[in-house]
Amino acid sequence: MADLSINFAGIKSPNPFWLASAPPSNSAYQVQKAFEEGWGGAVWKTIGAPVLNVCNRYGTIDYKGSKIIGLNNVELISDRPIDINLKEMREVKRNFPGHAVIASVMVESKKEAWQEIIKRTEDTGIDGFELNFGCPHGMSERGMGSAMGQVPEYTCMVTEWVMEVATKPVIVKLTPNITDIVHPARAAVRGKASALSLINTINSITGVNLDTFEIKPNVGGKGGHGGYAGPAVKPIALHLLSAVGSDAEVIKSGVPISGMGGIETWRDAVEFMLLGATSVQVCTAVMHWGFRIVEDMIDGMSNWMDEKGFTSCDQFIGKALPRISNFGDFDLGFQSVARINHDKCIQCNLCYIACNDAAHQCIDLKELKLTGEARERLWPVVREEDCVGCDLCSKVCPVDDCIEMVEIETGRPHITWNQLVTSKPEVLEWDKMEEYRKTANIHIH
Amino acid sequence: MAEHYKPQKYKAWEMTLEERFQEVYPPFSEREATLEANRCLYCHDAPCMVACPTHIDIPTFIRKIATGNVKGSARTILESNLMGATCARVCPVDVLCEGDCVLGADHKPIAIGRLQRYATDYASERNIKFFQKGKPNGKKVAVVGSGPAGLSCAGELAKAGFEVTVYEKKEMAGGLSTYGIVVFREPVEVSLKEVKMIEEMGVTVKTGVTVGKDLKFEDLVNDNDAVFISIGLGQVPEMEIAGEDLSGVLDGLDFIEKTKVQALDSISYGNRICVIGAGNTAIDCATIARRLGAERVTMIYRRSEAEMPAYHFEYEFALKEGVSFMFLTQPVEVLGKDGKVDGLKCMRMDLGEPDASGRRSPVPVEGSEFIVPCDMVVKAIGQVKPAHFLKMLEPFGVESVKGYIKVDSDNRTAHRKIYAGGDCVRSHGEASTVMAVQDGKIAAKAITRALVDEAALAKN
Repeated sequence: MADLSINFAGIKSPNPFWLASAPPSNSAYQVQKAFEEGWGGAVWKTIGAPVLNVCNRYGTIDYKGSKIIGLNNVELISDRPIDINLKEMREVKRNFPGHAVIASVMVESKKEAWQEIIKRTEDTGIDGFELNFGCPHGMSERGMGSAMGQVPEYTCMVTEWVMEVATKPVIVKLTPNITDIVHPARAAVRGKASALSLINTINSITGVNLDTFEIKPNVGGKGGHGGYAGPAVKPIALHLLSAVGSDAEVIKSGVPISGMGGIETWRDAVEFMLLGATSVQVCTAVMHWGFRIVEDMIDGMSNWMDEKGFTSCDQFIGKALPRISNFGDFDLGFQSVARINHDKCIQCNLCYIACNDAAHQCIDLKELKLTGEARERLWPVVREEDCVGCDLCSKVCPVDDCIEMVEIETGRPHITWNQLVTSKPEVLEWDKMEEYRKTANIHIH
Repeated sequence: MAEHYKPQKYKAWEMTLEERFQEVYPPFSEREATLEANRCLYCHDAPCMVACPTHIDIPTFIRKIATGNVKGSARTILESNLMGATCARVCPVDVLCEGDCVLGADHKPIAIGRLQRYATDYASERNIKFFQKGKPNGKKVAVVGSGPAGLSCAGELAKAGFEVTVYEKKEMAGGLSTYGIVVFREPVEVSLKEVKMIEEMGVTVKTGVTVGKDLKFEDLVNDNDAVFISIGLGQVPEMEIAGEDLSGVLDGLDFIEKTKVQALDSISYGNRICVIGAGNTAIDCATIARRLGAERVTMIYRRSEAEMPAYHFEYEFALKEGVSFMFLTQPVEVLGKDGKVDGLKCMRMDLGEPDASGRRSPVPVEGSEFIVPCDMVVKAIGQVKPAHFLKMLEPFGVESVKGYIKVDSDNRTAHRKIYAGGDCVRSHGEASTVMAVQDGKIAAKAITRALVDEAALAKN
């Protein structure tokens, strides 16, 4: 079996699977149960300023029979007294010395307050800190959480305060509720953070009741934005992870990243790690099914590593990151066209109507006489010379491997947009663009 | 058309003989398996898992199919049940796991059996080996009989480091999985692959060896640290009616065996067949007769539909296959001409007072005799108990109950070295493959405890 252990900025963990700072990591009972079931680490539910919670706390998005593809919450940080949390952290660390126990902290924007809680917490023997600069609801209105993470200067300043006193690794957790996440990431690096984690939840309202007009989640007739998580946010998280992970300043600093946002299976975890995450954090999937999901995460990742010939995680962490590119560096000469396999086609014609109504009208319905039946339905056939290679048809096709996107050579120059506008800046005018298209054999219809 | 969207062929007369003996349910495609797996709720403390006699962690193996970890799924299954590929096909899932699925209440239960088959086939097709022989512990165990109980016990013992030899009197190992399960439920290859898997775990399987004839049972007991008996049951007993020795009267198990080991077109069958009995084996005989091509197959049972021992889904399957039923009918004589069957004389019955089994007992209707013309009679009225083997066990103090070997909750007999499991100990209730597998596991655990754990404790 492959070795799944990781070393995250000096924090050692038997595997990359950590509980995210959230309700599942609220107490020693939960964290210890999670460790017993296989989790490698846990970021304790954020401790800090005193809070009062409300109910209901959750709103969910169910999609066509699947429950909780997205989960919104308005729960605040830990409402248990700090002393109890610290006592339990100490207890867990004593019982599980080989596991990663990380304290998530959030206090008001005062140097003394931050430094005091860091010192008090470090004394429990925990392995590191995560600074909660991401909570988007409740705490942000009080000037904490995402209110700090949305201002790079604050991010840098608080990180510096913490680094002055912390002797353990410090992870800065970033909020996605910002135009460009790279800026607070750089700010954390400038503040000498030991590591980054992302994403925290995304501001959201999950719905409105059509009968009562109440907002979901409904807090005594009122509703407001909460933090969105679960499988629905994974693509956003993957993008933000790759944006931070491929930023030159972040790369130069060498800080590792803990990835999270919609991770439910070992496959999701592998994707985050291929895009540069050294550890992954999970909350929503545990809230849905319990700690036991980690067994398949470990088993599935391990089997996948064996199959690919990886013996340790560092052999594949970041392996897909070099493929992240700007639009301007894509090959304009790369052409693919759709091919429909009529042996597999079930004639639902979804490809036809998608192409005809929403793409470029290059699939026809034709009589092919393939079945010998007297009243044979028409078959979708791609006009390859007109196919722009958008890939919509294969995306709507319900049959596996029925529509294949095949790469063809068109004789067009293999050039990127950036190269083109450098060598021929005149194409930025429409008439010159038209001329270039003619010479480059680019046909728009 | 996409393979997995093709409607199943179901009209027997439109199928070739080979097609009629393919597995009744086609394998799940990847898409079907994923969709079905994602329908599973992944219950906590799931009732399906409790209902499974081997307690396979069903929600976990299904989730692993859903996440694409099919190899891990197969491992989860086989860790609890080494005969997972057989059980996936032959288990009465309607009354076990699927019968207890929480979705049964207002949806339809998850197709657990077919998902289990998908995962175990995946591993088997790729020759994935999950288990190795454990570190040798210096102890030897002999297993008599290579059916599901014997192989399960042997495999579990091999994992624990025992040196295990399985003795099988037939030419091929696997017991009823190889010889007794109709081929459209379980092809022979599935059973033989399980045998191979157990052999690859370091177990020696000796076929063509009859204990008590080629080998003295006494020697087995003396030469080994423990013996596990899993000999199953015998042939179909005599009906004790006249004409039973006529040509054309068959033992139901022999009939099934032919379809497992012979070329299908070489099997002779009648056109008008009477099957005596209404258990699962009787249904098997009737349905293979239909699939071989017999035009009229009638099952004859002395009680009514309500008392028939076959699973209800088997009864429905037989009806769908075009088998007809004559309930409350007792065969009284096989009639023949020139030494060959040409009819079955029967009598009508009424239901009287409940008997010892609690079922209403059949009472003959006087003067109601009639003849069912037929050219073949297949007996499937149960199996004979292992009387000869019990005799061999007597000197060792092994006790019996109702003609079956008596064991305790550890599957241990009255002799401390002798354990038993499977159909030969099933003195009450229904016998099934999955229960046999569990017997093997229980015995293996008890043997390990007695020979390794307790020995280690004594040493300390």
